[in-house]
Amino acid sequence: MRPISMERVEKTRAEILETIKSPILTHEQKVTNMAREADSLLEVLDLPEGLDELLNESIDTKCICDLNEGHAPVRPRYIIPDYAKFMREGSKFLQLDPPKDLFEALNSLLIFYKHVPSVTNFPVYVGALDELLEPFIDDVDEETARKLLRLFMIHVDRTVLDSFSHANVGPKPTKAGRLLLEVEAELEHAVPNITMKYDPELSDDDFTLQAIKTSLRSAKPSFANHRMFVSELGEDYVIASCYNGLKLGGGSYTLCRLILSNIAKRAENVKDFKEKQLPYVLDIMARYMDARIKFEVEESGFFRDNFLAKEGFISQDRFTAMFGMVGLAECVNILMEKEGKEGRYGHDKEADDLGVAIMEQINAFNEQHVNPYCSVTGGHFLLHAQVGISDDRNVSPGTRIPIGEEPEELLDHLKHCSLFHKYFPSGTGDIFPIDTTVHKNPEFLLDIIKGSFKDNLRYLSFYASDSDVIRITGYLVKRSEIAKLRSGTAVLQNTTELGRGATDNCKIEERKIR
Amino acid sequence: MTKYPVNKIILFSSVDGPGNRTVIFLQGCNFDCKYCHNPETRSLCTACGLCVEKCPTGALQKEETDGRTQIVFSPEKCVLCDTCIHACPHNASPRIRYMTPEEAFLAAKKQMPYIRGVTVSGGECTLYPGFLREFFALCKPEGLSTFIDSNGTYDFAADPQLMEVTDSVMLDIKAFSEKDHLAVTSCGNKKVLENALFLAKRGKLFEVRTVVVPTLYDTEKTVLETGRLLKDYADSIRYKIIAYRPMGVREAYSHYPVPEQELLESYAAKLREVGWKDIVII
Repeated sequence: MRPISMERVEKTRAEILETIKSPILTHEQKVTNMAREADSLLEVLDLPEGLDELLNESIDTKCICDLNEGHAPVRPRYIIPDYAKFMREGSKFLQLDPPKDLFEALNSLLIFYKHVPSVTNFPVYVGALDELLEPFIDDVDEETARKLLRLFMIHVDRTVLDSFSHANVGPKPTKAGRLLLEVEAELEHAVPNITMKYDPELSDDDFTLQAIKTSLRSAKPSFANHRMFVSELGEDYVIASCYNGLKLGGGSYTLCRLILSNIAKRAENVKDFKEKQLPYVLDIMARYMDARIKFEVEESGFFRDNFLAKEGFISQDRFTAMFGMVGLAECVNILMEKEGKEGRYGHDKEADDLGVAIMEQINAFNEQHVNPYCSVTGGHFLLHAQVGISDDRNVSPGTRIPIGEEPEELLDHLKHCSLFHKYFPSGTGDIFPIDTTVHKNPEFLLDIIKGSFKDNLRYLSFYASDSDVIRITGYLVKRSEIAKLRSGTAVLQNTTELGRGATDNCKIEERKIR
Repeated sequence: MTKYPVNKIILFSSVDGPGNRTVIFLQGCNFDCKYCHNPETRSLCTACGLCVEKCPTGALQKEETDGRTQIVFSPEKCVLCDTCIHACPHNASPRIRYMTPEEAFLAAKKQMPYIRGVTVSGGECTLYPGFLREFFALCKPEGLSTFIDSNGTYDFAADPQLMEVTDSVMLDIKAFSEKDHLAVTSCGNKKVLENALFLAKRGKLFEVRTVVVPTLYDTEKTVLETGRLLKDYADSIRYKIIAYRPMGVREAYSHYPVPEQELLESYAAKLREVGWKDIVII
C-alpha cells in the first residue's frame, strides 16, 4: 500500500466529521458515506500512467469517471445471486432450509436481500420474482397472495433503501407476475425498479397491457427486448440496477465511464478525436478497469470468503465488467462545431453518422481488449450507456438526445434510438413521459413497444407525466420525497438525493411529454 | 391518378381506433355541426387570398397557373401559428396537400412497424370513397388494419368494394331524433342510424361516439336510444362519450356549458344496464 500525505488525511477527517453532523442524512446514509470516505485513503491499485489527469479533474474536464467505486474495491460493483438456487437449496450460512410455501419463500427472500452487497450496499437485483414465486402462488387463495405480495413489496421499499435495485418479470405471463404488477400499480413505490422481459412469441398481450398500466401508475416496469438480450447474453441474463444486462449468478466487477464530451473538448477536430484523443482515453480506462478487477479477484478475497461464492449463488467466472460512456450527443455537437458545421445530434444525418462512427470505434476497441477474468463474455467488457450522475453538467446519459432537444415526432426519436441501442448489451434505454389525459389507450404503447423491438431498440421506459414516481435517468424517485428533501428533511431512500441533484442539474422535469 | 385534399397526417395517434395508428385527415364535410372542434376542415379553399397577407412567415403565396388562381403553401416556412385558419372566412385551410392514395400509403408506411393500422378521418372522409378504396387496398397487404372515422351519411351497404377493404368504422351519433340531429348538424340522420345497424351486423362497427353538449340537444336520450338500438351488439362495440369543450369551436357556438363528469358517468351507468361493457369517457 502506497503512503499518502497528512494533508489528504486531514481533509478526509474533516469530511467524515461533516458527514457525522449532517442534518439531512439518515444514520445508515452516514455510515455508508463514512465507509466511502475511509476507503478513499487507501492506495492499493496498480494504476495506469496518465490516469490521474483524466480521472481526478472537475466534472467539466475529466474524461474518465469511476462512479465513486472507491480505491480498494471490497466487492464487485453489481452482484446477481442465483435466487432460484437459493429457493431450491436454502443456505447453510443463513441457516435457511428451502422454502415450502409462499410465506416461507417471501420471508427467505427478504432475509437473503440483507446479505447481498453491491456498490450501494443494497442488492441491485432482487430476482425474477414471478418465476421464483409462481410455484408457491396457489398455496393460498388469491386475496391472501395479494396481501402477502403487498407486504413483501412494502418491506422491500422500506428496507432496500436505494432504487438501483431491480426485479424482473416475464417474458411469460404468470399469476405471480400479474399479481405483482397489480400490487405495484396500487403501491406506487420507487423501489424496486422492475423490468418486464418482452418477447412477442412468449409474452401475451394481456400480461403486457397490465405491465403498461402499472408503468403509467408507478413508472415501472420498463420493457426489455428479450430476444436481443438472449442473443447476446444467453437465456440466463437478468436486468439489474438501472437497466444493466448481466449474467445470472455473476455480475459486474466494475463500471467506469468515458465522458465523451470532455474528450471532444481536448480534440482539435474529428480526425484528432478519432486518431489520438479517443484511443488514448479508451486505453487508459480499460487498463484502469483491469487493475480494479485484478484487485477484486486476486486480493480482496471476496470470491474466496463470501458465502454467496462459497455456496455457489455466484461464481467468479460468470462476472464481467461494464465499459461505460456518457455524453455522445454533446461530443458530436462539439466536434461538429469544431468542423464548422451546424448539424446537431438527433436532428442531422451527418451528426448522427458521426455518433455511429464513434460508437463503432469504441465497440471495435472493446472487442480487441482482453481481460482474463471476463471469460463469460468472451474475454471482453460489455459496453454500457451510463445514465449519468447528479453532478453531471451538460452531459447527456449514454447516447440520449439532450432533454429539450428531442425530435418533435416520437417516431423520429425512436428511429434515432434504433441507431444506438444495439451497442450496449449491458444496458441502455430511453425514457418517455406520457400524457395520460390524452393517451387512455394502453394498446398505443403496446404497439410502440412491439414496433421498437422489431426496429432493434433494446429498452424502453414510460411514466405518466403527472405521476408521483418518476424515472430520473435509470432509477426511480418520488417527487413528493424530493420535495421533503428540499425542505431540509432527511428521507429514507438514498436515491432521492441523487434525484434531487439530477432534477436541479439535468432538466429531468423538462423531458418532452409524448 | 386522382389527388385528394389531405388536411393533415398524424403519424402516431392513440385516439383514432385500436392501438397506435397513422391518421389521414381529408378536407371537407357535409355536416355543419355547431360544436365542430376543427371547423377549418369543413370546406375547400376558394383561393380568395385573405390568408396570404396575414401569414407572418410568408409561407403562403397566391399564384396564377393555367388561368386558375391557387394558394401555394410552403410547409418549411410554416410555424403552425394557425393565423391562416383564423383568417379564413370559409372554414377552409390553405395548408392542405393534394395526395394520391399511393402517396398517402407511402406516408403511412413510414411508421411501420410502430403502428398496427391506419384510420382515415376528416372532415368527412366518405366524401372520397375512391380514396378510401384505393388507400385501404394498398394498406391491407402490409398487414395494416383499416379504419374509417365517419359521420355515417355514406351508403356503406351500397359499396361492397369499400366494405371488403375496410376493417371497421367509428361512427358519430350526433343526435338520436331527427329534430335534434337537424338542430346539431343541419342534416337528417336516417342514414346514420341505418348505417349503425348495418355496420354492427357486419361486425364492422368498432365504436360509436356522442359529443355531449348540454342545452344544444337531448343528450341523455341520444346516448340511451343509441345504446338500445345497438344493444344486441353492445358487448363488442365501444361507446365513447365525449364531453363538449369550447376549444377550437367557432365563436358563435362556443357558449355551451361543459358537462359535469357526474352526468357523463350517469350515462355510462345506464349504458351498462343495457349490456354495454366498453365505455370510454373523455
